[in-house]
Formats: sequence, structure tokens, C-alpha cells
Amino acid sequence: MSRAALLVLADGRFPAGGHAHSGGAEAAVKAGRITGAADLEEFCRGRLHTAGLVSASLAAAAVLGLDPVELDGAADARTPSPALRVASRKLGRQLMRAARATWPSAELDALAGRFPKGAHQPVVLGLVARAAGLGADDAAYCSVYECVSGPASAVVRLLSLDPFDATGVLARLAPEVDLVAHRAVEGARCAGEGGVGVLPAGGAPLLEIGAEVHAAWAVRLFAS
Amino acid sequence: MGGVRETAGAAGVLAVARIGARPDGRGGTALPVLESGGPLALRRTRAGGSEARVMLVGAMSGPLGGDHFTVEADVAEGARLHVGSAAATIALPGQAKGEARYDVRLTVGDSGELCWLPEQLISANGSGLQVTTRVELAAGARLTFREEQVLGRVGEEPGSLTSRLTVLLGGRPLLDQELSCGPGAPGGWDGPAVLAGHRALGQLLVVRPEYATRPVETRLLGEYAVLAPLAGPGALVTAVAADALQLRRTLDEALRLLG
Repeated sequence: MSRAALLVLADGRFPAGGHAHSGGAEAAVKAGRITGAADLEEFCRGRLHTAGLVSASLAAAAVLGLDPVELDGAADARTPSPALRVASRKLGRQLMRAARATWPSAELDALAGRFPKGAHQPVVLGLVARAAGLGADDAAYCSVYECVSGPASAVVRLLSLDPFDATGVLARLAPEVDLVAHRAVEGARCAGEGGVGVLPAGGAPLLEIGAEVHAAWAVRLFAS
Repeated sequence: MGGVRETAGAAGVLAVARIGARPDGRGGTALPVLESGGPLALRRTRAGGSEARVMLVGAMSGPLGGDHFTVEADVAEGARLHVGSAAATIALPGQAKGEARYDVRLTVGDSGELCWLPEQLISANGSGLQVTTRVELAAGARLTFREEQVLGRVGEEPGSLTSRLTVLLGGRPLLDQELSCGPGAPGGWDGPAVLAGHRALGQLLVVRPEYATRPVETRLLGEYAVLAPLAGPGALVTAVAADALQLRRTLDEALRLLG
């Protein structure tokens, strides 16, 4: 594998559309649940251990070769909010497009053919990581990091939060990012033995509810 | 009640209660299996129409640390079962070390219907409980399922609670959700992404074959609850609230909306 491939995939400038999503931060800011760096940190921490762990384990499982169609079904069952399912498939489709141009692969072609409207983003991410010669832990790290870096950069724009403070939040969360990435790979390995049903399934009620509140707004800065 | 109390590990109670519902051949539902176990007592109550009704009566407090309770209900093809509980379940700290387990296993056959509407689960300070609910529905089964968790009795900090709800429809996953809260739960559980200080949370899941072609429309029920279609023929209400009463009002409103 090439370590540089991981940097290409994890780069916020990789043209996969992630910058248009706030990971629920826009709804939380509007509701007054995020007012500064401390709230942002708790928000990211909560997201990390719920949606973050779920996404990262799906991505890692896809790298390990579990059936992507089954993983996509598992992602649906773990995403009760229709707005979040739509966002995840949209992000999956955008990532697919960027990745097929970057790391052409028969597996990506097959998945794109099976899900023309987009497979769930973590499933695509896992197959992209495979195509780029990366491992399950690399995909898990990409997924987990994205799950906190997205809200952090969104809150910089939403609250005019000092970017140094937002980066400080990400740095303080680093040990937990490591922990969750590790758990995600463990979960994916268990699913290799016990099936996709044993993958982590942590939910975050306010992320689910907030996503639907957000989707009902007429005007918003971020897509989700 | 059976009163059979086996020990689970150190000093906990191991108890299993079972319900089996079958069509009685006269348009109603028979209960060939109605087994109470330990503190889990089952009572058949007034039947209405084609439906059989069962009340789960907690004959003592619990689950306590170290206890392992299991409740199973099997609704055969064409049968209709309604299960409620007489009072809230309170997870309390026990003398035995370790957390308690509460497993719920529900199966519903084709064109069978299960209404599972128990009272709240209250996680008392110092308790540790793992709830695992697994629902297996045949493709044409109908389900109304409610679960409500209250974190701590009035004015106290909650115990540690992990609850996983897995619902399979025709062998495929329809809903899989886990929530962990209280001491020892992964960080951020009470933060702005997860509960933000709310002390009651609940889910109401309604599965009906007709939702496959006519899914419910997403509907906000105030600021802290939403009714939305799942990826399969199900409608889910996700709600958080300040307390059990407000939560129940929201879930009752959603039940009325779903008709």
C-alpha cells in the first residue's frame, strides 16, 4: 500500500462533496446546542461514538471484503432518518465518481452499477480504500476523522468560530479518534465471522431528529 | 406464577417468561404458551375481538445487578397479540456484581400482528443494565412496538444503560439501533449530538405491509421528535423529552396519527 494514497483520500479537498455537509452541526447550532468550542467538542465526541463508529465499521467491513450489498442494507437499518439516508447515498455517489476517475476498479464499477443512485458513503469509501490499496484501518480512520472534521469546519463558518479553536478540538479528540477507529476495525472483523448484523449500531437521537428538522428548512447553508 | 428462580452467576436471578399465540380457529387468538418465570409474571386479560391480551406483571423489583431476564413472544401466522405491562420496569443496583441483562425476543408470522406496548424502563442511579431486543418479522407481519427509557428516577443521575433494538423483516435488517448512556457509556452521550440533557427517550416502530407501497410521510412532532419512514415498510418515531410524561404524550400522538 501507499501511505500517500491515504492522504489523497482523507484530504478535505478530495472532490467528493463532503464540504457541503455539516454532519448535523448546522441544526445543532440553530437549536442553540452548539455555541462555542466546548459544545463543538462534545458534539463531535457524541457523533464519534455513535454515527462515527457505525460508518467506520461499515467502511472497514467493505475493505475486508464483506458483501457491499449486505453492508448497504445494514447501513439503511442503522440510519432511521430519511434525510440522513439521502445525504449518505448522495455522498456515496459523489465519492464514487471521484474515486472511479482516481483509482479505477472493477469492484467500484460493479457497485456503481448495482446502486445507480448511490450506495451508502461508508460502503463506497471501503471499496475505494480497497481500490487504492489501503487497509481496513485506513478506511476506518478516514471515516472517523471525516465524522469530526466535517462538523468542526462547518462550525467555523456557522459561528465564525476561530479556526484555531476548531483545530484544537480535533487535536483534543485525537485519542478518541484512535479508539473509535480501532473499535470499528474490531467490529468489522467480528462481522467477518458473525455477519453484518453484529456490526456496531450506535444511534444518536438528536442527530436523527435534527437532520429531519434541518431538511424541512427552506434555506440552509449545508446540505445536511 | 412459576416462581422458578435459578441463579445466574453470583447471586442474580435467571428468569424466562414465554408467550405463544396461535389462531384459535374461531376467529380469535389462543395462547397455548403462557409461562411466567421468576419475577416475570404473565396474566391473560380481557380479549378484544380477534386479539389476545397479555399483561406482564413484575412480581418483585428488578432487574438487579447480576439478574438475567428473558421475555419471549411468538405470534404465529394469522394470530394477534397485544402485550402490555402493569408498571414501569426499574433497573436497580444489586448485591451481585456486574450488570443485569434483559433480553426480549419477539417473532411474528405472516399476517400475524403484535402490539408490544410495555411501560417505561427506568434506569436508577447505580444500576447497570444491558437490554437486547430482537424482533423477527415474516414478510407480511404487522408490528406496533414501543420502548421508552427514563434516565434516573426524579432528580437522580441515571445508571448505566445500553439498549439495542434489532428488527428483521423477512430475514433482512429493517432497523438496528443501540444507545448507551450513563456512567461508563462512551463520551458525548449527554452532549449536543445525542441527548443534550434530555432524561427520557423513546422509539415507536410501526411495521405494516402497506407501507411498502405507501410509506408514511416524514412529520416533525415538535422540536424533539420525528415520525419518519424507514428504508423498508416501517414508520419510526424517534423522540427525546424532559420526562416520561412528555415522552408518552408525544408517542401517543404519533400512534393516533398512524391510526
